[in-house]
Amino acid sequence: MTQAIDMAKREAEERGTSLWADAWRRLRRNRLATLGAVVLAVVVIVSVAGPWFTPYAYDEQDTALEAVGPCAAHWLGTDVLGRDLLTRTLHGGRISLLVGIAATAVSLLIGVLYGAIAGFIGGRIDSIMMRLVDILYALPFTIFVIVLMVIFGRNFILMFCAIGAVEWLTMARIVRGQVMSLREKEFIEAATVMGLPRHQILLRHLIPNALGPIIVYATLTVPNVMLLEAFLSFLGLGVQPPMSSWGLLIKEGVETMEEFPWLLIFPSAALSITLFSFNFLGDGLRDALDPRVSRD
Amino acid sequence: MRFLTLLLALTVLMLGCGGGGGATDNPNILRVGNGAEVQDLDPHLVSGVTEHRVLTSLFEGLVDLDAALKPVPGVAESWTVSDDGRVYTFTLRGDAKWSNGNPLTAHDFVYSWQRMLSPALGAEYAYLLHCLKNGRAFNEGKVADPDALGVKALDDHTLEVTLENPTPYFLGMQIHFAWFPVNQKVIETFGAKDERGTRWTRQENFVGNGPFKLAEWRPNEVIRVVRNPYYWDRDNVKLDGIDFYPIDNEQTEERKFRVGDLDITSTVPLYKVKPYQEKHPELIHLDPYLSVYFYRLNTTRAPFTDRRVRRAFSMAVDREELVQNVLKAGERPACFLTPPDTAGYTCTSRVPHDPEGARALLAEAGYPNGEGLPVIEILYNTMESHKLIAETLQRQWKETLGVEVRLMNQDWKVYLSSMNNLDYSVARSGWTADVDDPVNFLECFLSGQGNNRTGFSNAGYDRLINAAYAEADPKARLDLLQRAEAILLDESPVVPLYFPTRRYLMAPAVKGYTPNLLGYLRWKDFYLTR
Amino acid sequence: MTRYILRRILEFVPVLLAIVTITFFLVRIAPGGPFDAERRPSPQVLRQLEAHYHLDAPLYRQYLDYVAGLFRGDLGPSFKKPSRSVREWILLRLPVSAELGCYGLAVALIIGLAAGVMASLRPNSALDHVPMALAMVGICIPSFVLGPLLVLVFSLWLGWLPVSGWNSAPLDKVLPALTLGAMYAAYVARLTRGGMLEVLSQDFIRTARAKGLGEARVVVKHGLRGGVQPVIAFLGPAAAGLLTGSFVVETIFQVPGLGREFIEAAFNRDYTMIMGTTLVFASLVMVFNLVADIAQAWLDPRIRNA
Repeated sequence: MTQAIDMAKREAEERGTSLWADAWRRLRRNRLATLGAVVLAVVVIVSVAGPWFTPYAYDEQDTALEAVGPCAAHWLGTDVLGRDLLTRTLHGGRISLLVGIAATAVSLLIGVLYGAIAGFIGGRIDSIMMRLVDILYALPFTIFVIVLMVIFGRNFILMFCAIGAVEWLTMARIVRGQVMSLREKEFIEAATVMGLPRHQILLRHLIPNALGPIIVYATLTVPNVMLLEAFLSFLGLGVQPPMSSWGLLIKEGVETMEEFPWLLIFPSAALSITLFSFNFLGDGLRDALDPRVSRD
Repeated sequence: MRFLTLLLALTVLMLGCGGGGGATDNPNILRVGNGAEVQDLDPHLVSGVTEHRVLTSLFEGLVDLDAALKPVPGVAESWTVSDDGRVYTFTLRGDAKWSNGNPLTAHDFVYSWQRMLSPALGAEYAYLLHCLKNGRAFNEGKVADPDALGVKALDDHTLEVTLENPTPYFLGMQIHFAWFPVNQKVIETFGAKDERGTRWTRQENFVGNGPFKLAEWRPNEVIRVVRNPYYWDRDNVKLDGIDFYPIDNEQTEERKFRVGDLDITSTVPLYKVKPYQEKHPELIHLDPYLSVYFYRLNTTRAPFTDRRVRRAFSMAVDREELVQNVLKAGERPACFLTPPDTAGYTCTSRVPHDPEGARALLAEAGYPNGEGLPVIEILYNTMESHKLIAETLQRQWKETLGVEVRLMNQDWKVYLSSMNNLDYSVARSGWTADVDDPVNFLECFLSGQGNNRTGFSNAGYDRLINAAYAEADPKARLDLLQRAEAILLDESPVVPLYFPTRRYLMAPAVKGYTPNLLGYLRWKDFYLTR
Repeated sequence: MTRYILRRILEFVPVLLAIVTITFFLVRIAPGGPFDAERRPSPQVLRQLEAHYHLDAPLYRQYLDYVAGLFRGDLGPSFKKPSRSVREWILLRLPVSAELGCYGLAVALIIGLAAGVMASLRPNSALDHVPMALAMVGICIPSFVLGPLLVLVFSLWLGWLPVSGWNSAPLDKVLPALTLGAMYAAYVARLTRGGMLEVLSQDFIRTARAKGLGEARVVVKHGLRGGVQPVIAFLGPAAAGLLTGSFVVETIFQVPGLGREFIEAAFNRDYTMIMGTTLVFASLVMVFNLVADIAQAWLDPRIRNA
């Protein structure tokens, strides 16, 4: 019996490594995904390094100049306090990218594990776990965040916690649904019969097979998180002016979209480009990781 | 799939319905954008400007104010004042009636003011009535007998009012909803005299005494008032009615005005001011009014425990730049606290814009070039304009004083609680007068006053304000206030920044309104030319 | 199945009680009270007000009173808007939000499912990329941008539709419904595509095709059943959110719905109103999650039999 398990383990590991190698190969061959990855890398590099190369500081005001459209001195124009929009957009990108990626990762990790465990174990424990999710869904988020701030003070980490606290919930529900339908499948039954430990089945078979919806939802979470950050700023959590983020820039841009449309267009474009890249990359990953796709 | 069909049906339904009741076609109805939804229509339970605008159409006090803010007869057709300025005797007009046709008498005012001051009601604006003899004591439960209050009905049409102190703004204050009469019979049909939130303010039960009466109240949609046939001055009411639309999104309000769905707005979005000024100057109005925007300095927290530091921060502000380059909507720089020409009072002291002097003061306090100063945090409640101003001051203070400034925004209630608990260093603030009198601004900074919120306490200042309360001679009184404000500016627990304007859009067809410092809209003067 | 549903419904009670309890104490921890204002009420007035609403009783007492009230269907008075009780406010506002939510949901499902299915049929073709790119645009444009943009185009430039309002002019529901539905449509589209691709590559679909079933039948009957799984998991709580109203959409279009009440109550610290709206939202979340779970089971024979 032990031998059988060992064999199954080794097999699973081999299968695992080849799965990842395979996936990597497939991903590189996917042109859109590669494009997405490259653009994303460029956005990250430009946001991180860009502000050092622009001739203005993100908080450098020129109130006599006020808001002007794109011109030679200010490629993307300036905002109402005469600050260079290019610098501010790049600078805001740092925040948004950090929040978008980190908070999504947090919610992904919690949501996937939680949902998978609930769906896999099932029964009473599943029921309790999912009711806990219901409770967290229903709590008034505004008050929740305000109380968090009272207890923990205002810091950047707290923002991730606040975002993570809401964003993993739907992810957990989605993963749970997937796992529940997968666990009745033949290959899982086979693995169970083979005596593979449950955490192995969960991590090696169930979650990889549910990756499609997980990745799709994760790419949907990124914009959500970036905009949620703007709402948290409203409550005083998150970036503090004169710093900004894409979410905040867009929020302010809306109010002046008829007078100074560039204040809405450029930050929105930055956000959109990033999200598109995330999305292409996500789709590519999904296809690449699909264990059933072996047509090519 | 079946449910797709269902969804399609729903969509068709959605496109098909709509219409129904709504915008009226009567061209003689004024359509007013009114900011937020009113809390209630009970004049004793509300506390805001939006409520004030609606309630002045539904009620009338003893005295009204004309376009020049001069007291003119309201429910009272005449009045006399005793020589010491403490006893007012009002003669009520014989034809004063409620909107249900019942006569309105002096007893109604006695009842209403007793209700307003009754402790169990917990009226937030009861303090305006503290000027009545025993008003405060009764409101705080120290005097239980309502007959001890300084308001008596000598007969059905004669009301005698006794005040604690000569109060020069007593008559002017009567346009405030706190002084409006309410109908005893209606109130007590639906609950106790001092019960909050009964059904008497529903459209089917409501009774008022103003130029208009309530026709319809659909919360968050519209409050519709129409002519009151029992109003004594009905012949001079020109409008057939007013629709008050509660629109709390100023962008939406402006758009509704632009497509012609509104005649007057409650405000104008910050960035729309300039385009209107350039393209449609006839539509935008920027009226001065009795309001001041300032920063509080927490005098209990270092470094603002030091008068010189506070004064330096105030002197370092370039108010001209703030007003000219950042705000740009007709605001005036504030070098003192009380808005100019408040009841004939303009402060003679000034806070100069003096970067050199500010740096010298700061050095004298032990912080040359800002060295040794902690990071200063500006607290403000989340709002675009507050943020812009804070960002500007952040830069100005850094440039002039070399101090590191951070911004901190909080949601409204957290912000209020931080201010109340003196848990801040610098906090943005504003004050709009309830009544046309400088003391309304200056009394905030009495020691221990609830609205002080700076920890500022100065015996000399308190003495001057208290002396002004008791002073019967108007000129001597203003003189005392001048001296008090000079102390306030010198001590600088507050940094006055600018005097805001009341900005709104008004269609050219709307006539009859004369802008005034109180922003008082006297609805019966309005008429429409369309 | 019936027993399962009954058990789930019985679970509502403890879960709602937990939500009520946590929310009750949460709102009391938050700084600022319902009566704090720019003009600070005097300590006497504050005491009077608190006495009027029994806020001066010990907290546990208030909590017990509140829960006892709940069982009588009494949600208490609104502190901020005393003209109506919380129950009356909710009864006034919820139908409006629910109506708008239904339209939004309809928009989301019609557009989202159609686009998602279309995209999944020819992966990596134009038929896939165009709807998905549109969906991405829908996701990238948050409703606080989309709403004003739609108003700008359809109301201010073209003059076809009203700027705002609800039941005040014909067609004034179109823009709010579109704005509300657009983002969800994008989500639904992407989730559908993902789910469909997952299903369409599986053996039983190949079997179905091999059996010579028509493509439409294969896609709708067999594919969509499994393909909408993630959509349903997402829509459960999303539908609850949709029906209780969106603060952003209701504010932009001045729809007198519950979504605004929900957020405003939190900002006003209108304790009872927060509790009331949260309770409504929580109940709907529970109901819709239950519906979603049942739908998932019904659509997936494997779970159904398990």
